[in-house]
Amino acid sequence: MRNLAHKSVTVQGERGLAASPAVSTTKSRKRPRWLQGDMLIAILVLLPSILAVALFIYTFIGWTFYISTVRWNSQVPDYTFVGLRNWIRLFSDHRFHIDLRNLVYYAVGFMGQCIIFGFILASLLDTKIKGETLFRTIFILPFAVSGIVTGVAWRWLMQPSTGINLIFAQLGFENFQPTWNSHPQYGMWAVTIAAAWQFTGYIMALYLAALRGIPQELKEAAAIDGAGTWATYRYVIIPLLMPVTFTAIVLTGMNSIRVFDILNTMGGSGPAFATDTLAFFMYQSTFGAYRYSLGATISSFMILLSAFLIIPYLRSMRGEVER
Amino acid sequence: MNLQRLWTRGAIYLVLTAFAAFYLMPFYVMVITGLKPYTDVNVTRMWELPRGLYFEGFIGAWQRVSPNFWNSIVITVPAALISSMIGSVNGYIFAKWRFPGADTLFILFLVGMFLPYQGILIPLVLTLQAFGLYGTVPGLILVHCIFGIPITALLFRGYYAGIPNELLDAGKIDGCGFFGIYRYILLPISMPAFAVVLLWQFTSIWNDFLIGLVVLSSPRLAPVNVAVQNIAGSWSVEWNVQMAAALIAALPTVVVYLLLGRLFMRGLLAGALKG
Repeated sequence: MRNLAHKSVTVQGERGLAASPAVSTTKSRKRPRWLQGDMLIAILVLLPSILAVALFIYTFIGWTFYISTVRWNSQVPDYTFVGLRNWIRLFSDHRFHIDLRNLVYYAVGFMGQCIIFGFILASLLDTKIKGETLFRTIFILPFAVSGIVTGVAWRWLMQPSTGINLIFAQLGFENFQPTWNSHPQYGMWAVTIAAAWQFTGYIMALYLAALRGIPQELKEAAAIDGAGTWATYRYVIIPLLMPVTFTAIVLTGMNSIRVFDILNTMGGSGPAFATDTLAFFMYQSTFGAYRYSLGATISSFMILLSAFLIIPYLRSMRGEVER
Repeated sequence: MNLQRLWTRGAIYLVLTAFAAFYLMPFYVMVITGLKPYTDVNVTRMWELPRGLYFEGFIGAWQRVSPNFWNSIVITVPAALISSMIGSVNGYIFAKWRFPGADTLFILFLVGMFLPYQGILIPLVLTLQAFGLYGTVPGLILVHCIFGIPITALLFRGYYAGIPNELLDAGKIDGCGFFGIYRYILLPISMPAFAVVLLWQFTSIWNDFLIGLVVLSSPRLAPVNVAVQNIAGSWSVEWNVQMAAALIAALPTVVVYLLLGRLFMRGLLAGALKG
């Protein structure tokens, strides 16, 4: 500690930080004011980050909403105010309706697979089995690769003439040859398989950590009360895991709103916009067709959708943050 | 009872193995297809192992994506380092210098973690253009650093919150100020947190597609995932080359994950806040 004190005093001397009384430890009564000085430094050091977040997150959100109310639908910026005209146009757009349908398909399929399989895998891994580390490593491995890589692999696997269909054929199901992500109506469900392949390991890791946190006595107490495995899960474990399930719903829900990467490699919008998403619509409107105001309207809509997930989530966080 | 237990165990292993096979299947297909010569990539023999090790797919893929691979390194390494350093200082402030309103401010930071990037893309492009950073590597690094502020602050804040205040008080008595406490008390014991955050930032910046696509789309400068998408998007490229390119793009993050899996897990759990 002496060494430390010596060094830090030097540092203070160099930078001229603290008001001089602070250095003397005998005058500890004066520390509150001394803290004020350092508190000010802390705020000043944080200031660039505050400004960056204020500009790149909050100002940009406001700016996006603003662009959604102007007539900027060409390469030349046009900030003529048109009110809600872009919003009305968006809400009556056929492609937007399909995108909303696809969002529901995707959210249900993706969230369902991630949460159900994530929970099952975590529960199975929590049974003190051998090789747990190996299984866990394999289950989480897809989360280390990008959405683009996931899309490339699954596009090949979901080729109607080969891939998974080839296995079906060899198992004797020659008549069951789905067109997967190129199905004009249900293509989105196929995409969720690929997306859930990548993300389920993450949800599993969350559940596994939470299961480890449930005291063994609690499970044993349930068993003594005569509860079987199912009853223990039904009445003890699943209720205790509700906070994790809530987290999982928020994370997978956010992913459903912004899904973009994986679709780029898996055939884009697909036939009849079967695998089109808001993110795709936004990207093409803005950077393909230079309809900035339309793009900004879709963006704003996506922000509003996300707010339904982010706000309750951060509100639930508050208690934990303010320890 | 014992027999029933044996059955249950057996069933658990069976299910886990089936899932493991499912999760490895795409990797298997990518590897075997990437190692086949083009003439052997056949829809009817897709699942068969290659007749030998043919690297023409990987050579072809490397020729196409190697400039982008290096670009990704030039982008990802500095961005991960800088954002981790910023996150460390911010986390220190949020954990240990809780000025009035600090917690509310922290929550406002976290919004940036969950926001769909589409919500800020247009102003982002306009702003980068105004500062001459659009379409440049430094511009993309800057963007990744800024969008890394929330998650890195969160991870470091969690780590520093676990360090007892008494330790800091001792430092204060010894005359440490704001910087002294950070430099001589927290920084020396921050390495585990740095490892987790660096790994997390490296993985997410490397795997980013949308921001790279929008900010740095020129084919020569684009990050590797954008290049892989360009290859996959043009139907003229052979499947074996596509698979090899995808594997090359996946390699750094997969290797890092396999080597440092435990740190990766810690980042995963902390990233979801409730871990």
